Amino acid sequence: MKYVPDATGDRHFADDLTVDRDDVDGLLSELDEYAVEQALQISENTGDDVEITALTIGPENAKDALRKALSMGADKAVHVEDDDLHGTDAIGTSLVLAKAIEKAGYDLVVSGMASTDGTMGVVPALVAERLGVPQVTLLSEVSVEDGTVKGRRDGDTATEYLEAQLPAIVSVTDQSGEARYPSFKGIMAAKKKPVISWDLSDLDIDAKEIGLEQAHTSVESAAQRPARATGTVVKDEGEGGKQLAEFLASQKFI
Amino acid sequence: MAEVLVYVDHVDGAVRRPTLELLTLARRIGEPVAVALGSNAEKTASTLAGHGALRVLTHEASEYADYLVVPKVDALQAAVEAVSPAAVLIPSSAEGKEIAARLALRIGSGIITDAVDVEAGDEGPVATQSVFAASFTTTSRVSKGTPVITVKPNSAAVEAAPAVGAVEALNVSFSDQTTGTKVTSRTPRESTGRPELTEAAIVVSGGRGVNGVENFAIIEALADSLGAAVGASRAAVDAGWYPHTNQVGQTGKSVSPQLYIASGISGAIQHRAGMQTSKTIVAINKDAEAPIFELADYGVVGDLFDVVPALTEEVKTRKG
Repeated sequence: MKYVPDATGDRHFADDLTVDRDDVDGLLSELDEYAVEQALQISENTGDDVEITALTIGPENAKDALRKALSMGADKAVHVEDDDLHGTDAIGTSLVLAKAIEKAGYDLVVSGMASTDGTMGVVPALVAERLGVPQVTLLSEVSVEDGTVKGRRDGDTATEYLEAQLPAIVSVTDQSGEARYPSFKGIMAAKKKPVISWDLSDLDIDAKEIGLEQAHTSVESAAQRPARATGTVVKDEGEGGKQLAEFLASQKFI
Repeated sequence: MAEVLVYVDHVDGAVRRPTLELLTLARRIGEPVAVALGSNAEKTASTLAGHGALRVLTHEASEYADYLVVPKVDALQAAVEAVSPAAVLIPSSAEGKEIAARLALRIGSGIITDAVDVEAGDEGPVATQSVFAASFTTTSRVSKGTPVITVKPNSAAVEAAPAVGAVEALNVSFSDQTTGTKVTSRTPRESTGRPELTEAAIVVSGGRGVNGVENFAIIEALADSLGAAVGASRAAVDAGWYPHTNQVGQTGKSVSPQLYIASGISGAIQHRAGMQTSKTIVAINKDAEAPIFELADYGVVGDLFDVVPALTEEVKTRKG
């Protein structure tokens, strides 16, 4: 899961051209709520002893994202925090996640389709590559039965049904089913659930492997896009369609 | 001159338009070498040659259709090792980004996704990206290894540039991970006869204000009069009025057409993220305070059930 700046608030870059995560309101990436929901449903449908661990990497306030997952019904949480993580790119993030997932132990990793800030959507594929387990990603439906994960992936040109053996990593889209709201009981219970903190040394990661200095890409400039020029707005008094056609014709669209 | 690998997105040998745009960008950096995989890969060669591909590396195997993503990563890795390119360009589809990411990790490279422009630079290609719902523009460079860059549709013009396009067989050995995720069935998307949403020059979208699945017919009628693709806001898709494959916005498609017409769409940030870079934006909405009007080059405050059909009639009349 990822703790991200609120998309409806003011998002900007810090002086070193990383996403400013200190000076903004944050929350659990909305798209990761779908992952928590599907993990809960898989657990409920499987019936036997399933334990759900919520995992995030990020600064202190990223714990808020874990609390949300715990109040929805996850059993425990792991928070990876280290000052040396600042500026880590997707490749580095996947290393930290893979190490943390291995340390925590897993049969299935469920993630969202992308974060609402970076929006790359590549981390699940990268983690699968690192862990050497099947990638079953961008699913709008997912189920687990007898050690097999199945899902439906709606691509650009076709809908595909996928199947893989556990252990595996899946990612789910916002079409997979509305995430539940935490109940009052859930919120109270979450306060008693364990949140484990790991730093890089706990994961046997050398600080030289990650962080802004070690990123595989460098951002050279970031500029606010100029506001669009104010356009013409007319009120429809019965001629709105005609006026619009006039505009389209003047722009050579018709 | 250095060679640049271009991953070919094709359906049974028919090259999809974003690949041709990549060839335009690849020619700015070096000499394009295309990689076409799977069924009828060789059929792509003549189109690719017509747009600047000096060589077309092909490999046909059932694995490309039967297993998810990884076989294509294996093939691109083989191509990188055979060619030692200056960069690898891949269309920014969901699958394209996953292929690119795993490839970058394997070859020890950095990755840039969703570029909207790529230029040659002194220290390697410089990619332009549009971030934070297109409110910022950044330029970035891959600082480690062979740059792997995915490029969004409509980021460059398709240009005819005749080249040799010599077809060569690519040697690929599949890895242990190749057969991990089986594709048990595939249903091709039914053609609507309209242009592909992400590739269309004009997009007509409907939102909450359309108010019902049956009313989307008037959005489609306007789209058809203009030869446009049909889009929908998340509100309309969540209500079940239009398929998710047509959703424009953060969790749907990101479009950048010449003309975007938003009907009954208020313009929430999640929607703006997917259409803000459109060249010309037109909005029709009952609410004069709707944020979509802040983006619009031309806006009509009015009932879309009056304005849209009137516009459709007017377009038909003018087009004769």
